[in-house]
Amino acid sequence: MNALGRQKTIGMIIRYGLLIFGMGIVLVPFIYMVSTSLKPQAYTFENPPQLFPREITLIHYNEVVAKANLPVYFANSLIVAVATTAGTVLISSMLAYAFALMQFRGKQALFSLLLLGMMIPPVMLIVPQFLVAKELKLLNSLLGLIVVYITMSLSMQTFLLRGVFAGVPRDLLDAALIDGGSQWTLFWRIVLPLSHPGLAAVVIFTFLYSWDEFPWANVAVKETSQRTLPVAIALFQRPDLTQWGQVFAMSIIALIPVLLVYIFFQRHFVAGVATTGLKG
Amino acid sequence: MTHLNIQRGVASPNTPSVRQKFWLRGSQIYPYLFLLPGMLLFAMFIIWPMLYSLRISFNDWNVVHPEKSINVGFQNYIDVLTDPIFHRAVVNTLVYVVITVPGQIFLGVLVAMLLNQKFPGRAFFRTVYYLPVITSWVIVTALFEYMFNGQAGLVNSILMSLGVIHEPIRWLADAKLVLVPLCLLGIWKGVGWTAVITLAGLQSIPVHLYEAAAVDGATTSQRFRYITLPLLRPTLVFLLVVLMIGGLNAYISFLLINRAGNLQNDAQVILTWMNKQTFENFNFGQGAAISYLLTAVIFVVSWVQIRLLNREVDYA
Repeated sequence: MNALGRQKTIGMIIRYGLLIFGMGIVLVPFIYMVSTSLKPQAYTFENPPQLFPREITLIHYNEVVAKANLPVYFANSLIVAVATTAGTVLISSMLAYAFALMQFRGKQALFSLLLLGMMIPPVMLIVPQFLVAKELKLLNSLLGLIVVYITMSLSMQTFLLRGVFAGVPRDLLDAALIDGGSQWTLFWRIVLPLSHPGLAAVVIFTFLYSWDEFPWANVAVKETSQRTLPVAIALFQRPDLTQWGQVFAMSIIALIPVLLVYIFFQRHFVAGVATTGLKG
Repeated sequence: MTHLNIQRGVASPNTPSVRQKFWLRGSQIYPYLFLLPGMLLFAMFIIWPMLYSLRISFNDWNVVHPEKSINVGFQNYIDVLTDPIFHRAVVNTLVYVVITVPGQIFLGVLVAMLLNQKFPGRAFFRTVYYLPVITSWVIVTALFEYMFNGQAGLVNSILMSLGVIHEPIRWLADAKLVLVPLCLLGIWKGVGWTAVITLAGLQSIPVHLYEAAAVDGATTSQRFRYITLPLLRPTLVFLLVVLMIGGLNAYISFLLINRAGNLQNDAQVILTWMNKQTFENFNFGQGAAISYLLTAVIFVVSWVQIRLLNREVDYA
């Protein structure tokens, strides 16, 4: 018994040791990012580099807010992410409702077509989407980002929600039907309210995706006033004279909403990743 | 049973006729109204672009006057497949896949095994390991670029203080060396996701199997070898395929680091080369051909996945 107890203690020490070592590898780049954003410019290329700043300044944060249009980019990102999330929740719920609970001709074929969307590499679509968006006058506009982001989210989120909706108790739907409810009432008043956890997962995935997305925003928007944060951060780096303090100040401000969403909804998020295999 | 009747609009003895009528009517228009917004977007921004791209891939495409484009048959595909820069891009992509996929799976399984037990701080560790996953590629790429810079980068400084190297290495200025930060970034960013998926797989393994094995005197490594690994197989196959597809789609990190290191055409991957052919060289035809070739490969990988996943897990 004693030997077993000692073995357990040793096992626990190894477990914590490895986990803390891994945590160090995960966190050091983030710590370095925060630290660089707080160092005066003169120290961003000090040799040897210091993980923690010797002097702390908020000058980079002031600069990106005052000179680099950060409030504009932040507002654009927020508008795009909120509109994409709202649109995706509504439209993919409607699709999922039809595919989970209704009977109609061509159901299997349409569903297979939709699932095809999960297999296409998104970057492959960028060039033709660019040409289509050009014809529809959607380039250089937040709307052009929103509609493409919603479309790119549809397949996965509909697939996720179809599974959730199929689990809504049939007795409730029957009862609502007897009371004379319409399809829309059933959808809006019964199925959606009963599917909160699934919808929360959709909200998180879609918000994070549209907040972080770079490839499409990079080609679809060239005007400064319509830029989102990832594009702004990427363009902020110039060969030779990148202002790293400012790049990281901007990055940290861009990370705050992601962290808030992640921390508040973590439970749904992890469950969503585990059940759907979706990449966050 | 009742719901089947309702779905098909068939009257059952205790069904009020209003219900039947409702579902019958619903089965005609309502479903299509629910489908309309989503399928319309899908047609406009996925189906149409895909067909558009297919057409471009068979043309010497004129961006300014599309109607003046010349049909060249399979010439774009032939040009792409015989282009040395494309070969280089394929090799780079494969190197990236071969390094990052096993790296993510090995470390992800390790982290998942460490987290697969109740102990104080477990949720905290899981949150920390997931941080790189939710951080934008643009941010983490900038971060690695800064840490690996050749003058006073953190990585060079650590390696020098450990005595591993004596001169700073210019990681970003060499087409081969640049793969080191890029692969490390791919692994670092992906381990958290791999671990969460593996953790779900581990938790679906029935505990009584481990208990029975313990009663029979199996050691920890025997339990891992004969219970955990075989029952984790579907999860591992899933990870293998998803991570392979992810690796073939490598794009943002290469695009940004290439831009910073000014490596021209030596450190391209398939999708950055597609991007460059299209938007810098204005060769839309070859760009479209590249994207169709990549999609074909990805469809094959996905098909293999479906075949492999359909094989049953043996719990005996």
